[in-house]
Amino acid sequence: MAKKLIKFVKKHFEDQVLDSHSRLGNDTVVIERDRLAEIVERLRDDEKTQMDFLRAITCVDYMHRDPRFEVVYVLYSIEFKHMLTLRVVVSEDDCKVPTISHLYGCAGWTEREVWDMYGVEFVDHPDLRRVLLYQEFEGHPLRKDYGKQDAQPRIELLSRERDSVEEFNVFVKNKPAEGSRDN
Amino acid sequence: MAEDIYEPIDQDVHTEPMILQMGPSHPATHGTVRFTLTLEGEKIIKCETEVGYLHRGFEKEVENSTWTQVFPYTDRLNYVSPLLNNFGYSLAVERLLEIDVPPRCNWIRTLMGEISRLSDHLTCTGAAALELGAMSAFLYAIEGRELVWDLIEEVTGARLTVSYGRIGGLKDDLTEGFEERWKYTKKRLFEIREEIGQLLTRNRIFLDRFQGTGVLTPDMALSYGYTGPCLRSTGVDYDVRKDHPYFMYDEVDFDVPVGSKGDNYDRYLVRMDEIVQSIRIIDQCLEKMEPGPINSDDPRVMLPEKEKVYNTIEGMISHFKIIFEGIQVPPGEVYSYTEAGNGELGYYIVSNGTGKPWKIHVRSPSLIMMGGIHKLIEGGLIADIIPTFDTVNMIGGECDK
Amino acid sequence: MVEVLISLLKITVIVFVFVMGVASAMTLLGDRKQSAKIQNRVGPNQAKFFGFSLFGFPHFIADGIKMVLKENIVPANANKFLHTIAPALVFMPALIGWSVMPFMDHFCTGTVQTLPDQNYTEICTGPGAEWKNYFSIMHMNSGVLFAFAIAAISVYGAAIAGWASNSKFSLLGGLRSSAQMISYEVSMGLSLAGVLMIYGTLNINEMIRMQGNLLGDWLPMWGIVIQPVAFFLFLLAGLAETKRAPFDLPEGESEIVAGYITEYSSMKFAMMQLAEYAATVFIAALVAVVFLGGWQFPYVYADGIRIFGGHWVPFGEEVWYWISIFLRIGAMVFKILFLVWLQFMMRWTLPRFRYDQVMTLGWKILLPLSIANLFVTALVLVIIW
Repeated sequence: MAKKLIKFVKKHFEDQVLDSHSRLGNDTVVIERDRLAEIVERLRDDEKTQMDFLRAITCVDYMHRDPRFEVVYVLYSIEFKHMLTLRVVVSEDDCKVPTISHLYGCAGWTEREVWDMYGVEFVDHPDLRRVLLYQEFEGHPLRKDYGKQDAQPRIELLSRERDSVEEFNVFVKNKPAEGSRDN
Repeated sequence: MAEDIYEPIDQDVHTEPMILQMGPSHPATHGTVRFTLTLEGEKIIKCETEVGYLHRGFEKEVENSTWTQVFPYTDRLNYVSPLLNNFGYSLAVERLLEIDVPPRCNWIRTLMGEISRLSDHLTCTGAAALELGAMSAFLYAIEGRELVWDLIEEVTGARLTVSYGRIGGLKDDLTEGFEERWKYTKKRLFEIREEIGQLLTRNRIFLDRFQGTGVLTPDMALSYGYTGPCLRSTGVDYDVRKDHPYFMYDEVDFDVPVGSKGDNYDRYLVRMDEIVQSIRIIDQCLEKMEPGPINSDDPRVMLPEKEKVYNTIEGMISHFKIIFEGIQVPPGEVYSYTEAGNGELGYYIVSNGTGKPWKIHVRSPSLIMMGGIHKLIEGGLIADIIPTFDTVNMIGGECDK
Repeated sequence: MVEVLISLLKITVIVFVFVMGVASAMTLLGDRKQSAKIQNRVGPNQAKFFGFSLFGFPHFIADGIKMVLKENIVPANANKFLHTIAPALVFMPALIGWSVMPFMDHFCTGTVQTLPDQNYTEICTGPGAEWKNYFSIMHMNSGVLFAFAIAAISVYGAAIAGWASNSKFSLLGGLRSSAQMISYEVSMGLSLAGVLMIYGTLNINEMIRMQGNLLGDWLPMWGIVIQPVAFFLFLLAGLAETKRAPFDLPEGESEIVAGYITEYSSMKFAMMQLAEYAATVFIAALVAVVFLGGWQFPYVYADGIRIFGGHWVPFGEEVWYWISIFLRIGAMVFKILFLVWLQFMMRWTLPRFRYDQVMTLGWKILLPLSIANLFVTALVLVIIW
């Protein structure tokens, strides 16, 4: 693994790198969040790295530390078989990270999961809603200040029947059938 | 073929697309996935997937348990191959601890993992046949699965929720008559595989249903994060066991079946071939295994022997502290990945030095695959959802954690 | 008066005892025990009648009681009238079609004589001898047409059941079933047309009598020998018509959650299931009658055994007539049961088709084949005759 990925990131994005280490065989780079999409795109497209596989996106909540969250991206290359972990530091008051869902298809759902569980918003994500929990859930459960036994309010499920006439009409208005009366 | 039938014939006919909820309680969706389909006739224009009906809060629960108490939770992730989850987790924590386990432990882990993989593939193939209408093939596969579960029950004590792995070793060694039973099971499994193959593999109706449906291209598969049999069916030869060997996978000899077209038929064939390869691995494990200890002897991790616990004060304190406070894992984080039945199962573990994990994130293959399944379903007919969904093998427990 | 009583007896025996008996026995034996045998398991054997498990028969009675006692749920906003009569509409055609199925030739009150040189026809001779219709409910000159027309009515039941349930899954099932049944009726009719051209009669009993002809004195001229292609086409089309596997996609059971049967409970559901099995038996009977020689037992005639030009009359003429009656009824029953068994074997081994594959098969493969069959038959007839 020889740390060449860390060297690569440091060479091209010197100012964004806050820290790096290679403990336990995982090459890790801690970066700022501003040019995240650019860095990932560079890693994906460059000849020498070709990280075409996004393994996981997750978030760690360091409770009593000032940049409270760190969003972790694990990238991998099928061609060269090397792995890089990118950690983006996010503070609690400004919980936003640029999205990479236009680069990888699976980032769509993994970023939604991080939003669902931790409340980290991904800017410009096409469809940022909850994926594992139901839409009316309040709070972000995997944060450390969410108690394990917190109760949730009851919801009226019928109010969001999805095969209702309304969604139907919305669909029809957006895309009326050829020659239909709504055209 | 489908497009020929569904060309609009008369432009003045006022047609509307129909919204159908293939909801969570539906025989085909294994009870835990909801598809909101927008249909035009029987063709699917838009498909929205909704998961999470089985979300039990794995990641929140483990933050309140000790490292060893996590094992029952990992059983219930991919509940048709629980041993693979257990061992993946043990591997991850052992990496953080930087300890080694004796070779016999690794041999047994390889062996039991492959037995679990057999159970996973048999269930998947059987369920695919059942939901297509060939109910007899399902029952043959279930008979094979029962034999495999008999083996698992003999060694671990439970059929499904085994909790067999431990950090630094295993719960128990293999039993005495294991090799005899394995010989009988192996013979019967080959016969069952023959029977299922005769019923399905060259059956014209089966081929019509499976070939050409749910096609996955290699770029789409990589972009959407597919791994395991789904990725290998498209032609990308990526198997964690070969590329980054762990346990004893670099000392056994096996092939990795790789498909070419990425449709449902290739996925079915890849799984059937993997059954044969797993049997091969198990045979080699049984041959090459030497008797020896199965647990590591690191005192930070292993419980001391009972004589020492009851007779010496150090033993008692050590036992007490390991059980009550948990194994003290040095702070750090690691991402460790193994090959589960559906793909790459990854554990991203963060430890803060205490006996309880600070965070465990499971990279479950099913959840990632469900994120991309709308690409496979849109454009096909309703009847194509069934084989696609079955061969992708979404396991509810793994998908919803 | 006596005729009315005899008719009632025939109706009772044929419809209620035989058809309903076989249909219900098939729910048990075919569906459970046969499938259990194929699948390496035992099947139900826990319901015991005074301690004897009786091969699972008490299960059927238990099921019947259970079905009757269940709650009858009609979905809200469903069309109650149509929802209620739809099972009847599905059930009636399967039973009415039996009115023309003969289980034995007409009964001769005199003595029967077979004429081997006139295509093995049988004539009833003797003083005051006449043919009496004791073995089929109705003697219709166009029996085949009647049976076929009644089979066509069963489209209504499934379509109405699907529509009247106010559920999208049922609607999909009803649509699929009507499209499928209508498509395959055409092939059924055309493959029958070839047979009709050769036999020249629509009367079922006449057709079966003509199948007693021995070709070269040893090969019985059953429909399958004369028209093998039409046999397979008709069997396939018949399977699709009654929505049996592998054509059972209207009751998809994993795609559309039991299709048009989804919203039915208790006795209505039981009626629909029974109707499906009764239709199975009906198609088996049609195929047996037209292609497999109906009540013909090979080489057994009313006045002895004839084979290779020889003629034996074991046990004397009188006794032999009664033996031949029983042999023939047994032959008909056996053929029906064999075809029902075959249909169940196909159900339990084959996966089901997809909707557009069913349509392709019906319109692009079976229809041209049946037309070609008709054409070739016509050519051969012109050349030979």
